[in-house]
Amino acid sequence: MTEANDTATESTSESTIAIRGLKNQFGAQVIHENLDLDVRQGEILGVVGGSGTGKSVLMRAILGLRPAQAGTIDVLGQRVGDDSSARELLRRRTGVLFQDGALFSSLTVMENVEVPLKAHFPSLPRKLRHDLALLKIRLAGLAAEAAPKLPSELSGGMRKRAGLARALALDPELLLLDEPTAGLDPIGAAAFDELLRTLKKALGLTVFLITHDLDTLYTICDRVAVLAERRILTIGTLDEIESVDHQWVQDYFHGPRARAAQAVGGHGAE
Amino acid sequence: MSSEKPSIKTDAGSPERLLLAGDWQVDVAAVVAEKVAGVRGPANAVDATAIRRMDAAGALLLLRLADRFGIETSRLDLGDDHRALVEAVEAATQSDPTTEPAAEPHWRRFLAHMGESVEGIFAKLGQLLGFLGLTLITLVKTVPRPSQWRVTSTVHHMEQTGLNAMPLVALLSFLVGAVVAFLGATVLRDFGAELFVVDLTTYAFLREFGVLLTAILLAGRTASAFTAQIGTMKSREEIDAIRTLGLDPIALLVLPRLIALVIMLPILAVIATVAGLLGGMLVAAMSLNIPAEMFISRVHDTVELRHYLVGLIKAPLFAIVIALVGCLEGFKVGGTAQSVGERTTSAVVQSISLVIVINAFAALFFMEIGW
Repeated sequence: MTEANDTATESTSESTIAIRGLKNQFGAQVIHENLDLDVRQGEILGVVGGSGTGKSVLMRAILGLRPAQAGTIDVLGQRVGDDSSARELLRRRTGVLFQDGALFSSLTVMENVEVPLKAHFPSLPRKLRHDLALLKIRLAGLAAEAAPKLPSELSGGMRKRAGLARALALDPELLLLDEPTAGLDPIGAAAFDELLRTLKKALGLTVFLITHDLDTLYTICDRVAVLAERRILTIGTLDEIESVDHQWVQDYFHGPRARAAQAVGGHGAE
Repeated sequence: MSSEKPSIKTDAGSPERLLLAGDWQVDVAAVVAEKVAGVRGPANAVDATAIRRMDAAGALLLLRLADRFGIETSRLDLGDDHRALVEAVEAATQSDPTTEPAAEPHWRRFLAHMGESVEGIFAKLGQLLGFLGLTLITLVKTVPRPSQWRVTSTVHHMEQTGLNAMPLVALLSFLVGAVVAFLGATVLRDFGAELFVVDLTTYAFLREFGVLLTAILLAGRTASAFTAQIGTMKSREEIDAIRTLGLDPIALLVLPRLIALVIMLPILAVIATVAGLLGGMLVAAMSLNIPAEMFISRVHDTVELRHYLVGLIKAPLFAIVIALVGCLEGFKVGGTAQSVGERTTSAVVQSISLVIVINAFAALFFMEIGW
């Protein structure tokens, strides 16, 4: 309880994402109620929670893809809402990676990455746009040979990287990732974690990351937020979270898999 | 967010030193690129510490500028915030030289595409024949074993493809029947031969339209449904699951659909014929003053049974074509949702084309043998 209250009183000026009193519901089913969350500038925040606790719904709300029933969401100092010019600006400053990449299946990887560049900067010369897209593809850890391929010709891990390249196309300040390592083998997942850490450092990104991957939590997340009981149950560094006295949190962070991840990753929160 | 204009100046003190300032970001990348291209040498040092905001696009252009004058990245004067970014971008651009596969000229792709399509026709025909053989073998194997008959599934598909399509088939045939009668009336009235409208409508519907209309409608309605059903199962690996459980997807999925359609298409064709004749009869009675009794007695006088057999004999054939094309295209679906759509389109196009082509050959054949 106290952790949640602490978050609410934190100042919002330096928060990249500031959510206050958010309420989401589908029909009679309330997903979130009175949810407060702050994501600080320059951090990687991991969001965990059981199935059906509305992690993806929260991300969609932050992106303005679904209107909230109550509460406010501020992203990069802009209120998420009806104002279409503010939305336009937010879209430019945030990058999103959906679960399976959500690449446009009829376009090549290169064309996928060029889509946001074309949409937001139509005056960009073709050659330069091409070079920028190629740069993002390489930054995301793909070889240039992948650029002319269609998403269906790529492996799962490569699709994620291509999705990341598209998310990075506009040089966003905020990156939202929905289970980036789900479905990857441990080596691929570790490489993706490493990539995220490098990119965050080089590009100065703030990252909002939904994950089930304990290794990801322990190796790259600065802070972790636990979504349960329709709100952010607790938020803090892994050390703080592990000591929270809540059944689900205890089961999650002290299960056999968590112990293994702790042993390998050390406590990732610096 | 206020932005500063990007600028490139030469240092007044040492003319070979470039001073960069402003915001080097993607939204002004075009301007920056022009400025970078416009820099006249010589230069041997770049001071980028005055750049306020930089992103990957800016870093790329900065590296290009440095590269043009042969200045190594380590010798660039960079703000502390920007060094990590520039190094990451440099690593990404150096990882392999720009080996872009040369795009093929348009005319070659056009030719290649045409060749592929033509080859595809024969390949598809071959596949369809192979699939027909496979299905027939499975059918022969299944018939003596009543325990393997999928009666429930067959009846379900009879309802889906037959019963549920009945109103549509009847309505459309009725309307086409009326239109044919109108058409005949317009032409034949000038010759005072209105009565021949009856012959026109009956021959058209008994020999051709009853079956053809039904087959075209079902090709659109049922072939697409079969492809989508089986294709969705294929893309979710359900077909593989069926195989690994020791079951035969042909016996499980194709035979019930095939049998259901072979039973229902002729029945629907009969209904379509009756509806078409009713449409013609209505127009004859309303606008040509041919009462229904006269219409029916005229049909009795002129039409022989063989005319109807010529039409109806094609119905099972069309049913087989539609069911097989629909199922086969379903099995061809790959992993993506997009390919379900592509295969469905292909199933409809193929089955309608095949129905019309087969019908044309059948018409020729029956005419030649004098039926």
